[in-house]
Amino acid sequence: MTLSDATLTQDGLETAGSGRVLIIGCGALAREILAITEANGMDHVDLTCLPAILHNRPDRIAPALEATIAKHRNQYETLFVAYADCGSGGAIAEVCARHGIEMIAGPHCYSFFDGNEAFAARDEVTSFFLTDFLARQFDTFVTKPLGLDRHPELRDVYFGNYERLVYLAQTDDPALDAKAQAAAASLGLAYERRKTGFGDLAAALAPL
Amino acid sequence: MSDEENDIVLSELDDEELVQQMMDDLYDGLKEEIEEGTNILLERGWQPYDVLTKALVAGMTIVGHDFRDGILFVPEVLLAANAMKAGMFILKPLLAETGAPTIGRMVVGTVKGDIHDIGKNLVSMMMEGAGFEVVDLGINCDVEKYIGALDEEKPDILGMSALLTTTMPYMKVVIDELVAQGRRDEFIVLVGGAPLNEEFGKAIGADAYCRDAAVAVETAKEFMARKHNQARA
Repeated sequence: MTLSDATLTQDGLETAGSGRVLIIGCGALAREILAITEANGMDHVDLTCLPAILHNRPDRIAPALEATIAKHRNQYETLFVAYADCGSGGAIAEVCARHGIEMIAGPHCYSFFDGNEAFAARDEVTSFFLTDFLARQFDTFVTKPLGLDRHPELRDVYFGNYERLVYLAQTDDPALDAKAQAAAASLGLAYERRKTGFGDLAAALAPL
Repeated sequence: MSDEENDIVLSELDDEELVQQMMDDLYDGLKEEIEEGTNILLERGWQPYDVLTKALVAGMTIVGHDFRDGILFVPEVLLAANAMKAGMFILKPLLAETGAPTIGRMVVGTVKGDIHDIGKNLVSMMMEGAGFEVVDLGINCDVEKYIGALDEEKPDILGMSALLTTTMPYMKVVIDELVAQGRRDEFIVLVGGAPLNEEFGKAIGADAYCRDAAVAVETAKEFMARKHNQARA
């Protein structure tokens, strides 16, 4: 399957399969979810994604999820939500609980990629995080919405209290490493690359 | 800014035109023009308090309304705030000298685990603009820091801010500590931040949730008026 970051960001992903299980996920996780299901021969699992840009408007995730659940409820034996809380303040968990659907544990993808326990223990209050997807889409998710392309002088207003950009790397890709490093430089932050692989995501999908 | 606007000479405008132009410049985030306009009005004999309220606060209120209505976005609000801050930097020492009215005193800070202060800084600025004395505790404030500041500063209002859903529950830790100390009713507790809502504010025992800086100012004024009425009764 060919995936476009721009499509995953703005439109999400429609399911094309006819499996028994449907994962409803964030567009920012599409590549990782497909990598896991393909590597494990999970042919019975299909994937549909909400637009990743909802990351910037977390209050809109739960209503979009609700609509997607309603759309696919009768087509699949099992639905699974590939979101953590993701800034929804419990709204995603509430939707999942109401429909009896499992979801990913943890506050957000940074945490479950790093491993929820490890992430909580690190207590990195002054770190700004990127994943593979966000490193590729840094301008779309950070530079443009914050107006830094038009007003670079606002950089320290947004990021002055941060100290470090941590790139949580799902893959070994020197080009992405360079992009993340450039992002850190553009924000005036120290840089750290931390290889996480899929973290807790793989374990969350394994029972499906 | 259009070419036509580039030709405007602030010092040639009468007071009414200048104030209107300053409100436009504030809206456009033009820091240097705001500094110039502020100085011109002061040179013309305006009281610092009048410059603050009639030009800067009035202009920023329009910015706040347009942000609320989805016409302006965060970058534009920050530029406008930056321009207002430049004007206030000129006015602040003069306001202290001229004994501008003080409505009340507020201690404000971003809660523990949270380093986001854009909203809090806007609230601080607008509260100061409205005549409140503000003691800003900064970011990542734990319960000891809040309680220590309340002991020391004896404010009317405690303001707490959070941007993250993971940190906003800490507001309840602070309020619970005040309850445990039997001091909850000594302070008006206002909370705010992007992921909060009115329901959350009620659930944690705050006096009010404030959606934005303008609402924070109005809410603080209302509570202070009630407090004064109760004191008089």
